[in-house]
Amino acid sequence: MTTTEKTDVLIIGSGFGGAITAYHLAAGGARVTVLERGPWLESRDFEHDFLLGSSYTRAFDFTVGDGMSVLGGNCVGGGSMVYFAALPRAPRFVFERQGSIGRRMWPSSISRDSLDPWYDRVAEAMGVRTQDWSDVSYAGGLWGAACDHSGRTANPVPVAIDKDACVNCNWMMAGCRFDAKKSLVFNYLPAATAHGATIRPLHEVQRLERLDDGGYRVHYNVVDGEDYRITDGSGAIDAKIVVLAAGAGATPVILKRSEADLGAMPHAVGRYFSGNGERLNTAVVNEDRVRDVLGLARDDERAYEAFQIGKGPCVANWDRLDPSLPEYSRYSLEQLYFPPALGTILAQAPGAPTPSWFGSDKKEMLRRWKSWLIVFTMSEDDNEGVFGPPPPTGNAVRLSQQMLGRGPLSYRPTANTQHGWSSADAEVKEILEKDGIAEVAPWTNDLVGAYTVHPLASCRIGDDPHTSALDDRHELRGHPGIFVTDGSSVPGALTVNPAMTIAALAERSVPGIVEAARARGLDVTYGAPAPDGATSGSGSVLTTAGRRSS
Amino acid sequence: MPTGAPDEGSTETRTLEAFADTVLPGAKRAPDDTSVAGRSHDAGAVEAGALELLRTPATGLTSGLPEFAALLNEHAAGYAAGRGLPAADGEPPFVALAFEDRTALLRNLTSPGHPEKEFWVMLALFCNMAYDSAAHISTPEAIAAGHPGLRAMGFAAPDADGLLRFKEYSYGRPLARLHPDTTPSGSPA
Repeated sequence: MTTTEKTDVLIIGSGFGGAITAYHLAAGGARVTVLERGPWLESRDFEHDFLLGSSYTRAFDFTVGDGMSVLGGNCVGGGSMVYFAALPRAPRFVFERQGSIGRRMWPSSISRDSLDPWYDRVAEAMGVRTQDWSDVSYAGGLWGAACDHSGRTANPVPVAIDKDACVNCNWMMAGCRFDAKKSLVFNYLPAATAHGATIRPLHEVQRLERLDDGGYRVHYNVVDGEDYRITDGSGAIDAKIVVLAAGAGATPVILKRSEADLGAMPHAVGRYFSGNGERLNTAVVNEDRVRDVLGLARDDERAYEAFQIGKGPCVANWDRLDPSLPEYSRYSLEQLYFPPALGTILAQAPGAPTPSWFGSDKKEMLRRWKSWLIVFTMSEDDNEGVFGPPPPTGNAVRLSQQMLGRGPLSYRPTANTQHGWSSADAEVKEILEKDGIAEVAPWTNDLVGAYTVHPLASCRIGDDPHTSALDDRHELRGHPGIFVTDGSSVPGALTVNPAMTIAALAERSVPGIVEAARARGLDVTYGAPAPDGATSGSGSVLTTAGRRSS
Repeated sequence: MPTGAPDEGSTETRTLEAFADTVLPGAKRAPDDTSVAGRSHDAGAVEAGALELLRTPATGLTSGLPEFAALLNEHAAGYAAGRGLPAADGEPPFVALAFEDRTALLRNLTSPGHPEKEFWVMLALFCNMAYDSAAHISTPEAIAAGHPGLRAMGFAAPDADGLLRFKEYSYGRPLARLHPDTTPSGSPA
């Protein structure tokens, strides 16, 4: 009989929720093993290539659901490898949201004020900085100028990008070849491995089993490095503490598949999923009007023609992030770049009879691709996503060799959610069609449902056991020793890019996990500096955590 | 680029070409090209390589293509019969349809509630990808070879090392007032 491997803390997923907890727990003395279902890609692996099988399709998962499709990272570093490194903090009103439950949905212990020290900590670790207008791409500048032209404000968004290393290639969604984008492979993950943590790529966790000693056995499959539909083996590891951070599209699926052994999951596991209220509009700009109305010019020849140039989202309009407005009418409107395929197929030709995602009008629209501008809405949805029965393995039935799968999520947008989307659509149109600057149309939801790159809330924290799967320490209700620290723990839509908040919550969760580990006999302490040794962000945090575990 | 005489193609090839041409239409490759309806003055999804991409096993579609083509022709025959359109006369029924009818049928097959929607959407998505990202060819090679979709879109060519860099990227001046409640971290309050 073979002996099952053992570790102190088993972490599922190596994105923000996994990397941050892995670092602190390893630095605190725990034996940490991280299982990541995707490949381990290095900077030199990041190609500028759409060919199927290139890093672009290896690093992503696009999971089609019923009414909602989810785009997420699938590699060591998780979402941080494919994100745009836009790291704003969530506005104050977000923490007071009631959402679909009619009362405050965040735990009473969390507000913007109480989370700010944790945000500071992430800002230090990730190297988040403000941008000025000289950093902003042409597309961001165009969006800012259009907002200004209609009497609105516009802000360069805070980012974790090294401006001197960035070449504005706009390939950052496929991983940054130039080490300009600050992903987790530059900070938390190497710091975790330096403290002895091990990271195993292509290990896809399937389910958890409870052990007699109160620990857990984590069962995984080994995924083929090229064809993710193929399994190359399986195994199990025993741990005292399990941290799930597989992403909001996968964490609840693993837990639901584990129900046969672990017993019933809290009601909120696999419910209350939020797509962060996301919605996209594509504008085709009139180059002459950009020059004449907005006074913009790249040179003597061109006013804009620069959709491809830049670094994802640079400028956002935050005028509707107004706490005095009613819930479901607040949103940010952020300029964005999506590469072809993911960013073109769902776009509809402005002014053409719908559906116009295909056909002659769409082809003419593609001919003007250099003059496109995408505006990304992040609004307040109603947490209406629900996961059905888990697929046989993973979180989806994989259709293609990589990237494309069919998952069990269903999402029926409520009138509240649709109100936010339609208000945002109308405002984008008002801003960009003023004085003929552009023509705008929203992406179709008819093909793959709504579309989110920021899945949230499918296993959320809260004070109410009926509407939250986790307590405010991120421990799974009724299943001590299991913690969830990824985007699924965020209670609801944030109206801004969520990575900063996911990371801050993960940082905030660590003292509680350390406490639980110590209660299980592990010799772990809390109090590590930032991954690079910096300590300016840790002072207030250690006060906040009360040094309760050191 | 695929420019072979369409009449030499199988029923499956011609049917799938006609489908791809409905997604992003192109110019006829020859006067007797029946798969491509000829509703554009330059290359569409077919010449961009839709069939090559669909027949790339990594898509996960390849083994189902014969069934897709047969099913599409069944739908087309039903569509034609229901509207009293003339019989296909040797052509695959979908190829025999006029461009407007191909378009109407594709709309119907991909509309919410159609029981086969998921399959037709996938097929259409890959036809799109052949044109707008040439996912069957390495991108630097596709650009160097003048891939019609990437060329029409104006996708920029990479440097000699296959990597893209833009030296000029910004208007470089303030273009809007900042939100008055912006915090020192650059975030909304």
